[in-house]
Amino acid sequence: MNTLNAKIDRRDGKLVMAHFYVAFIALAVGGLAGLLQTLVRSGKFQLPAGIGYYQILTVHGVVLGLVLTTFFIMGFQIAATSRTSGTLSNLQRKLGWIGFWVMTAGTLMAATMILLNKASVLYTFYAPLQAHFIYYLGLTLVVVGSWLDGAAVLGKYINWRKQNPGQPSPLITFMAVVNTMLWIVATIGVAATVLFQLLPWSLGLVDRVDVLISRTLFWYFGHPLVYFWLLPAYMAWYVVIPKVIGAKIFSDSLARLSFILFLLFSIPVGFHHQLMEPGIDPAWKFLQVVLTFLVVIPSLMTAFSLFATFESFGRSKGATGLFGWFKKLPWGDARFTVPFIGMLSFIPAGAGGLVNASHQLNQVVHNTIWVTGHFHLTLATAVVLTFFGISYWLVPHLTGRVLTKAMNKLAIYQGVLWAIGMTFMSGAMHAAGLLGAPRRSSFSEYGGAAQATEWIPYQIAQAVGGTILFIAIILMLYIFVNLAFFAPKGEEEFPIGEISDHAEKTPMVFENWKLWLGITVLLILFAYTIPFIDMIQNAPIGSKGYKLW
Amino acid sequence: MHMHKFEKIWLIFGIGALLVFLTVLGVSAFYLGNQPPSCLATINPEKVDTTAPFNEPGLKKVEGKDWDYELVYVAQAFAYTPGDIEVPLGAKVKVIATTKDVIHGFEVAGTNINMMLEPGYISEFVTTFDKAGEYLILCNEYCGSGHHMMASKIKVVK
Repeated sequence: MNTLNAKIDRRDGKLVMAHFYVAFIALAVGGLAGLLQTLVRSGKFQLPAGIGYYQILTVHGVVLGLVLTTFFIMGFQIAATSRTSGTLSNLQRKLGWIGFWVMTAGTLMAATMILLNKASVLYTFYAPLQAHFIYYLGLTLVVVGSWLDGAAVLGKYINWRKQNPGQPSPLITFMAVVNTMLWIVATIGVAATVLFQLLPWSLGLVDRVDVLISRTLFWYFGHPLVYFWLLPAYMAWYVVIPKVIGAKIFSDSLARLSFILFLLFSIPVGFHHQLMEPGIDPAWKFLQVVLTFLVVIPSLMTAFSLFATFESFGRSKGATGLFGWFKKLPWGDARFTVPFIGMLSFIPAGAGGLVNASHQLNQVVHNTIWVTGHFHLTLATAVVLTFFGISYWLVPHLTGRVLTKAMNKLAIYQGVLWAIGMTFMSGAMHAAGLLGAPRRSSFSEYGGAAQATEWIPYQIAQAVGGTILFIAIILMLYIFVNLAFFAPKGEEEFPIGEISDHAEKTPMVFENWKLWLGITVLLILFAYTIPFIDMIQNAPIGSKGYKLW
Repeated sequence: MHMHKFEKIWLIFGIGALLVFLTVLGVSAFYLGNQPPSCLATINPEKVDTTAPFNEPGLKKVEGKDWDYELVYVAQAFAYTPGDIEVPLGAKVKVIATTKDVIHGFEVAGTNINMMLEPGYISEFVTTFDKAGEYLILCNEYCGSGHHMMASKIKVVK
C-alpha cells in the first residue's frame, strides 16, 4: 500500500470541504423546513407570509434527501479514495471541481423555482403535476455533477489498479467504487424520465406525459437511492469504526461480498414502491418483492461483522461473560458513540422496512405517515448520525484542526438529543400511520371525522420531537463551524482500520467488474423488461400538465 | 472464502427465516388471492364522466358476481364523488375508482383499502365491511394545495 496517505492532500481537502459547506447549509435550510412542517401539522401554528405547506415540504425533501446526501457522500468518497489510493491527479481534481460547481448551480436553479412557488411538486416529481422546466433541469444538473465527482473516484481507482497489478484495492476505495457504480446505474432511470419525458413536456415541446412510465423510471432510481445513502455509512461502520475503537476489521472479503450483494439487489426492486398502483401485474410486483428481500442477507452479514468486531475488541480488553464486552467500548468518544446510536436505530428501521416491502402488509401502511417515520430512522438517524460522526474527525482532518474535548462532549449530547427527538417524532409517526394518518399532508381535521381526531395527539408529539431535533441540528451546525474555522490547530487522524490477522487473503474475483455489472444488468433486465413492454403496449392516453398548488 | 462458524449459523438462521417469510407472502398472494390492487384496465381520463361505470358513481347492488355491491368513485382535485355513502354491514363490496386529473390516493382509514388512482387507469379492490361505523376516505398521495382537504366518508350501517 505504497500510496496510502496518512494525511489527505490539501488540494483534495479543499474540494471535499467545498462539498461539505453546501451539505451543511442544506442541513440548516432543510432542518428549518422540517421544524416548520411538524409545527404546522400540530394544528397550533400557521405559516406566515403566504408560504405554502407543500412548498416547504418540497424544500425539505429536495434539500435533505438530494442535496445534503449527494454533496456529503461525494465529498466523503473523494476523501476516502484520496486517503487510501493516493492524491487525485490534476485532471481528476478538476473533474471533481466541475462536478461540484455543476451540482451547486443545479441546486440553486431548483431552489429558486421552489422559492418562487413554481415547483411545489415534491422531490418525487409526481407527473402530471407540472413544475417549471428549470426545476427539472436543476435537479438533472445535480445528478450530472455527481457523475463527474464519481468519475474522479473511478479514475483514481483505475490508476491504483494499474500501479498495483494483482492486488485487491484498498477496502474503502473499493466500497466507494461500488457505491459510485450503484449510483450511476440507478440515476440512468431518473435521467431518462427527466430528459425524455418531463423536460420536453414542461417546455411545451410535447403535450402529454405517460404517468406510469415516469413513475416506474423514478422508482427504478428511488430505491437504490436509499442504498446510495446507506453504503457510505456502512463504509464508516466497516472500515473507520474498528480503528476508532482500536480494533481490527473482522473480514475484508465478507465486507466486499456484502457490498457486491447490495449492488446486485438494490436496483431491480422499484416495484415495491408501486405495489398499490393499478397498471402493474401482481406477479411482477411479487418477483420484485422477493428481490427486495434479498438485501436482508448482506444486512445480516453487516450486523454480524460489526458486533463481532465490538465483541472481540471487548474481550481483548479482558471482558468476561456474555455481554461484558459491551462496557469496554469507548462510550466517551463521539466518533464511535454517535454512529453507534445510528446503528441501533437501524434495528427497528430494518424491521419496519420488512413491513413496507411486503406484498400485502404494504397495503396497511402505504402513503401513511408510518413510511415517513420509517425513513426518519434509516436516512435521518442511521445514515445522518453516521455522517455527523464522520464529520467530527474528517472536517478537522481537512482543515488542520482538532476535535477538542469540549466539542467531543457537545457532539455526544448532540447524538443523544437526536435519539430522544427522533424517538418522539418517528415513534409518533409510526403509531399515527398505523391508524391511517397520511404522509405529505398539511394539518387537517377532515371535516371533523372521528378517526382524524385520534391522530392529533400524535401530531403534537411529532412537533415536540421535531423541536428537539432542530435543537440538535443547531448544535451540529455549531460543531461544524467550530471544526471548520475556530478549533485549535493540530492533526486529527483519518481512521482507517486494518484487517484482522485471522482474516484470509481477499480473492481477486471482487474486482471483476465485468462479472458484477453484468449480473446487475441481467437482474435489472429480468425484473423490468416484460412489465415495461406491457406498460408501453397497454398505455392509456398520456396526461396533460396540471399546476394545482 | 472462510466464514466464522457463528456467522454461518447466523446466516443459515437468517436466510431460513427469510425463506419462510417469502413463502408466507407467496402463498397468501397466489393461493389465497391476497394480491395488491392491480386491475390493469385503462380508461381515457378526459372521458371519465361518460364512460361506464364512472358515469354513475355510487353504490350499486349487483347479481351473479362474487361480490354483492359495486361502489364506484371518481376522484378529482380536490374531491371524491360520491360524497358520504352508506354501506350495509357485512356487504362484500368491489370498490372501483379512477381519477380525472392528477394522481390521487384512495385510502379508507382503518381498513385495508388503500390504492393509487392514476390518470388513465382503473383501480379496484374487493373487501367485506364487517364492522359498523364511520370510515374516513382520504387522499394519501400529494395532489396540490387542497390535498389535505380531499376526503369523503363511508358509513357501515346495520
